[in-house]
Amino acid sequence: MKFGVIVFPGSNCDHDAYHVISKHVGQPVSFIWHREIDLAEYDALIIPGGFSYGDYLRAGALASFSPVMSSVREFAGRGGLVLGICNGFQILCESGLLPGALIRNRDLHFVCEHVRVRVECADTPFTNELKRGQILSMPVAHAEGNYVCDDETLRELQSEDRIIFRYCDADGRATPEANPNGARDHIAGICNRERNVVGLMPHPERACEDLLGSSDGRGLFHSLAATLAAAAS
Amino acid sequence: MKAKVYVTLKPGVLDPQGKAIRNSVGLMGYGGIADVRQGKYFEIALDESLGGERARETAERMAREVLANPVIEDYRVEIE
Repeated sequence: MKFGVIVFPGSNCDHDAYHVISKHVGQPVSFIWHREIDLAEYDALIIPGGFSYGDYLRAGALASFSPVMSSVREFAGRGGLVLGICNGFQILCESGLLPGALIRNRDLHFVCEHVRVRVECADTPFTNELKRGQILSMPVAHAEGNYVCDDETLRELQSEDRIIFRYCDADGRATPEANPNGARDHIAGICNRERNVVGLMPHPERACEDLLGSSDGRGLFHSLAATLAAAAS
Repeated sequence: MKAKVYVTLKPGVLDPQGKAIRNSVGLMGYGGIADVRQGKYFEIALDESLGGERARETAERMAREVLANPVIEDYRVEIE
């Protein structure tokens, strides 16, 4: 199985994602520059965090028009697995691969802290090694993480079990106080209808080493690897 | 020829920046300010050779596909 980490001008979590795949998943991984268009050799793609194109226009907007994203749309359309983290989540929303948008945080601050999220759904290739209700500690670092969508989209996300992570407190309660950015319905991560594309604001790749305060993020990458291993066997 | 594109948040979409500006002008003593909404303004220089209709079409498409995110924003195009 081969992983690809897409790199835009301004990506800054690309090496973290690469490290996790090579060290903790133990699989081959390559960086993919945003001008590349051939993704045939990859089984899973990670769109990492950062400030692609300096967040100009809107966070993730200019990256969504880059050559590699046309190929990512095709890749996802064929059922390829795509994980967007932070700026990657913003890019997936701007690309139309995920519904809704991420706007300026409720309190205007850039939030940079460890938060807790509750696993709302284990039925995705990215969470199937996790348990529904499990609480993960992961860092967030963003100014535009406030998830918004219209009422109809929210109803769809809820009824189709596509809200994958919600911000929560230590007891697992999703409350406004535990929500760092004002995201609608405390949404921290969602998936597409086909469940092969997931985006989330927290950084699982920065929560894979005990030294960094949490290794809860490993569950996502182990899920991803297990899914690919099962598909290959 | 010039296209002017105004991009504004849809009604109902929270605008924390507009809110912060409103609070500041309130503190400065401006009276009667009910609300402030922040938007974006673009000036696009267009080749005269495009002609009026194609210029408008081009600017409208650019506004719809690039400058505004239809999930959260509306846009208005003026050609002059």
